[in-house]
Formats: sequence, C-alpha cells, structure tokens
Amino acid sequence: MKIDHYKKTDSLYVKLSGELDEHHSSYVRTALDELIDSGVIKRLYIDMSDLQFMDSTGVGVLIGRYKKLKPRGVPIFIQSPSPTVDRVLGLSGIYEIMIKAG
Amino acid sequence: MKNRMTVGFSAISENEAFARNTVAAFCVALDPTVDQINDIKTAVSEAVTNCIVHAYSEQSEDNTVTIDTTIDGDTVHIVVSDSGIGIADIDSAMQPFFTTKPEQERSGMGFTVMESFMDTLTVTHNIPSGTVVSMTKTIRGADWKKKKL
Repeated sequence: MKIDHYKKTDSLYVKLSGELDEHHSSYVRTALDELIDSGVIKRLYIDMSDLQFMDSTGVGVLIGRYKKLKPRGVPIFIQSPSPTVDRVLGLSGIYEIMIKAG
Repeated sequence: MKNRMTVGFSAISENEAFARNTVAAFCVALDPTVDQINDIKTAVSEAVTNCIVHAYSEQSEDNTVTIDTTIDGDTVHIVVSDSGIGIADIDSAMQPFFTTKPEQERSGMGFTVMESFMDTLTVTHNIPSGTVVSMTKTIRGADWKKKKL
C-alpha cells in the first residue's frame, strides 16, 4: 500500500496505490490523518485509479475521515475507482456523503 | 466433474491477500471476466476479514480459518469457516451497517457486499462453535457471450 500526495492552493490530493484491506487499514488511516492535520485544507481529493483492491474495511476508513472533516466543512472527492471498488462504495452509500469526481 | 481445493490458515490480517488471491487463482479454470474475479476476491476478503476481526481473541490457541472451494460445472462454491466465538444473532449481523465494533470505524457492510457480489450467501452456526459462510457464483466464462452470439 502506497500513499502519494500533493497540495495545490488549499486542496489536498491523495493517491492510494495497492490493496486496501484490513491488513493495511491502520497504516492508511494514520497516514491520511497526518496529511489532513498537517495544514489547513478546504478540499480533499482521493485518487483511486491505482487502487487495485478495496473491501468494506476501506469504507470504514473513508467514513472515519469523513467524520473528521465534516465539522471542518471539508468535502471529500473520490476519483477514478475501479468498477469493483466503485460498487463497494456505491453499496455502502459513500456517494451520499462524498462526491464522485471522475 | 467436481474440482475441490481446501486451504487453512491463521486468522491474521497478513493472510487476507493470500486467501482472496488463492481462491481467485483456483477459479481461473472457469474463465471468468476480470470483474467476476474481482467480485470473488472482494467477497472472500469480506468473509475472511470477519474471521480475523471478530471470531478469535488474541488468546485463542487455535485460530484457523478454512476455505473450502468447489467448482461444480460452471458454479463455484466457497465455504469460509472458523471455530471462534460465533455470531449471536445472524439475522441482525447480516443487516447493512450492523457492526459490533463501531469504535473501530467498521462499516458493517461485509455481509451486504458478499450478498451483492455473489449469487447466493448463507450464514450458519458452526458446530460446536464458530461460523460458516457459504457463497456461490455461476461463471459462464468470458467467452460465453461471444459463443452465444
């Protein structure tokens, strides 16, 4: 599991690569929180184009970050999930609380 | 002719990728599409994660998860079982968003994903203890549509 990121103005862009399951969830959770808390951001973009696998454990990780960012008024955008990951996200109602952007 | 594969391993998260990739590799004989293989991987991962997160405590001496996979015609039967603490109320556990561990940021969507990604899903108590998750999926093969045309 690898996490790349960059900041552009007040948006944080995060790219997840690899397989997000229970085994990697605590690493992803901690790494995302560190990035989120490293400065003031107005938007979080999560690029999933290199995420080869994600099960509902990943949904739990996303919901946790949503709960953290919602009080700050920071929307989360999901980019380029694979068809299977997209179905897991859709089933779990993630697109009701996050925005699918591409 | 039936073809069968059984694998047993410790209920630790390091084994999740091994479990889903092993079952997926066995199912390749059915000539599935990429999406079908990913459906199977996701469902297996959900079932195995439940065993790892819920079935056993750290003190458990035996923490084996067993996956029994059978290919019968164009249908794959996957049975994931453990001999852990079991599920008190299976009907409740299968409801979307049900989780006994919300403090761990669990989504409670495991069984819903399995049900959606496979054709059938049955959850029963293991005897004398634990849980048995049985799933089936019919794979007509990536070439099936072409052949039909």
